[in-house]
Amino acid sequence: MASITSVIPRPTSYAGIWGWITTVDHKRIGVLYGLTAFVFLLIAGLEAGVIRMQLASADNDFISAGRFNQMFTMHATTMVFMVIMPLSVSFFNIVIPLAIGARDVAFPRLNALSFWIFLFGGILMHMSFIVDQVPDAGWFSYANLTEKPFSVNRGLDFWAISLLVMGTSSVAGALNFIVTILNLRAPGMSMMRMPVFVWMTLITSILLVLAFPVITVGLIELVMDRNFGTHFFIPAEGGDPVLWQHLFWVFGHPEVYILILPPMGIVSEILPTFSRKPLFGYPFIVFSGIVIGIMGWAVWSHHMFTVGLGPVANSVFTITTMLIAVPTGVKIFNWIGTLWRGSIEFTTAMMFALGFVALFIVGGLSGVSHAVSPSDFQQQDTYYIVAHIHYVLFGGSMFGIFAGVYYWFPKITGKMLDETLGKINFWLIFIGMNLTFFPMHFLGLNGMPRRIYTYSAEFGWENLNQLASAGYVVLFIGMLVFMYNMWQTRNSRRVSHDPWDAPGVEWTISSPPPPYNFAEIPQILGRDHYWIVKENAEAAGTRIMEPEALVDPSSIHMPSPSYWPIFTAVGVALIGGGLLSHYAISFVGGVIVIMGVIGWGNEPAAAPSDHH
Amino acid sequence: MAHAVEHEYTTTGLNHRKMLMWVFLGSDCLFFGSLIATYMVYRGQSLVGPYPVDIIDVPLTTISTFVLLMSSFAMVQALAATNADNKRGIVSWLLATAFLGAIFIGFQIYEFNAFKNEGLTLGGNLFGASFFTLTGFHGAHVTLGIIWLLAMAVLGAKGRLGSKTSLDVELVGLYWHFVDIVWIVIFTLLYLIGGFDAGPAVPPGG
Repeated sequence: MASITSVIPRPTSYAGIWGWITTVDHKRIGVLYGLTAFVFLLIAGLEAGVIRMQLASADNDFISAGRFNQMFTMHATTMVFMVIMPLSVSFFNIVIPLAIGARDVAFPRLNALSFWIFLFGGILMHMSFIVDQVPDAGWFSYANLTEKPFSVNRGLDFWAISLLVMGTSSVAGALNFIVTILNLRAPGMSMMRMPVFVWMTLITSILLVLAFPVITVGLIELVMDRNFGTHFFIPAEGGDPVLWQHLFWVFGHPEVYILILPPMGIVSEILPTFSRKPLFGYPFIVFSGIVIGIMGWAVWSHHMFTVGLGPVANSVFTITTMLIAVPTGVKIFNWIGTLWRGSIEFTTAMMFALGFVALFIVGGLSGVSHAVSPSDFQQQDTYYIVAHIHYVLFGGSMFGIFAGVYYWFPKITGKMLDETLGKINFWLIFIGMNLTFFPMHFLGLNGMPRRIYTYSAEFGWENLNQLASAGYVVLFIGMLVFMYNMWQTRNSRRVSHDPWDAPGVEWTISSPPPPYNFAEIPQILGRDHYWIVKENAEAAGTRIMEPEALVDPSSIHMPSPSYWPIFTAVGVALIGGGLLSHYAISFVGGVIVIMGVIGWGNEPAAAPSDHH
Repeated sequence: MAHAVEHEYTTTGLNHRKMLMWVFLGSDCLFFGSLIATYMVYRGQSLVGPYPVDIIDVPLTTISTFVLLMSSFAMVQALAATNADNKRGIVSWLLATAFLGAIFIGFQIYEFNAFKNEGLTLGGNLFGASFFTLTGFHGAHVTLGIIWLLAMAVLGAKGRLGSKTSLDVELVGLYWHFVDIVWIVIFTLLYLIGGFDAGPAVPPGG
């Protein structure tokens, strides 16, 4: 077996494209996640544009009904699985090891494997456009619409198999971060000293590890129904379409918290920094997060109030859903408490964080209104729901992610995003977002159903739809400003290691951080470690102006780059691709995975020192 | 990975790989939990036969269940031999574990084939679909475990396993015992309790 390892010599260079392909450095993997997810964000954004263009006027025929179904399906699937989740994972990768004082994640090669499987899974999903067999049953793909008689091309197979491939990536990544956070904290970093973002990452990862197997089973049963003749979800043969809904939402509701908890963590880092005071009620925020993580498993049927589960089930899930609003409200009050009497500095990151709090409250309130099952009967499948999910996922998750980009960009690149452009970016996105989604509340209550490709002028929905489409244009310009802001940093000057006077451990080292992160593993002094360090220095009559000194990288033994993660990921992707085309390809993929695992197992995590 | 530094610092004092395995097994619980839930939801819902009472052979599967339980005993012995640096013991107990697992898989192949001949298929009824999916994925887990055990036996024969690297054996042991426990749940639910189910509890449309 050793011969397999020696056939391909171990990569030793960190430079150039191969340096990126074989990297196991968490910071580089984080950047790869971020860039990939950003490309998917643009794709999903353009799909949203097609939807808004079609709905901008009554009786429009810009695209056909079938194409419209493909657009909203791919928009939502991409946004959930290929944009918000990987953008959060990008922050996990970049920030977590730095914030807990570690040199890398617990399993650097597994981390690289997660990224490559995610990338190939996303590409596999989008291959459906090339063969023009695009998934078109909505992001929750309700049975029995997804069965062969109603969906004859392979679109739903692309959907299910790509999600299975990406699911392995998510679970592998989450396993890695659970172990990293529990096991790689620097001395002094007790659980109750961890930054809230680290806590939220831990809770999110536990949710991922437990929720994804459930959807995996649902997807496997769907693939078997479509390809191997089973009748899991076909009523005519005794199957039960509602079982799909249960499996989907038992996964799907924890998934909602997987999407929102990381941005909540990001915001909990940014608000204290720019209020210049510690987070108010830290233990309450942490325990609220834990309670949300547990209760998130007991509310899934509020997505199914109109299915006909009966008054008992509907009442129980109404009550549990109302209860889960309590810990969420606790968090919001603690954020407001953090702002109270702080000396607030309106940086772009802070403005996005404040936007998060404001818009998430709006989304939360509409959420409470359909937690009540009788009221939900009026709202189910209307644009009111579309408004709600965009307030929590765009106003919430995406605003939190934007805030995080502006906050940590100087740490990862050593360059500052322009603040003036940032503020223009913020206001365009903020106004565009409200212009697009606020009218949808009224459209929904006026009876406009979701997922219709056009509507008659008689219904009187045209003006509000035009407003929403105009809002899209504003959002689009806002995104262009954001992209330009990223682009123009190539000429901007370098910033200090701690431009925000921030409390986190990650700000003690230089920007961008060296490959080994910390020359010496720090001793953590408290919850706001770097603030304590700086205050102690000031009390002693000095000021800390410099980051931790750099050392010769070869003196620190770091995990070496490896070909095996991308090699194994190719095998996983081929297994999925083969199920969609020819089973022989799956067989080849399986052989590649086995070779990859053997090669991986025989390769030490870090090359022997004499290679340096 | 076998060469990883053994005394690396961890905050909790637990080894990274051991923690990873435990969390992964937690994840796998939900996987089998969902498959078992599917079986339970569709219990007694098949519109046409064959029904469990027609084909399930409890005594036969009791034998294969006993074989799988004994493989866990062999696994425990393999770990004990590893901790005692008994090279011959390591290899022979690992091979014994794999062999007993292979006998279990042999029983399963025989059973699947017999059921197919009696008319139980994936597409025939819900019982066939949920039975084959659940036990099939369990069998795949066992097969993966056998491959892992054989790979470890090769390492053992090369002298790369011992008390210093006992974690390598412990991890495959954790996985093996987990798969064994899952089978006990499946055997109880599908054979001892569900194995005597006759036609639909409620007539179709009723």
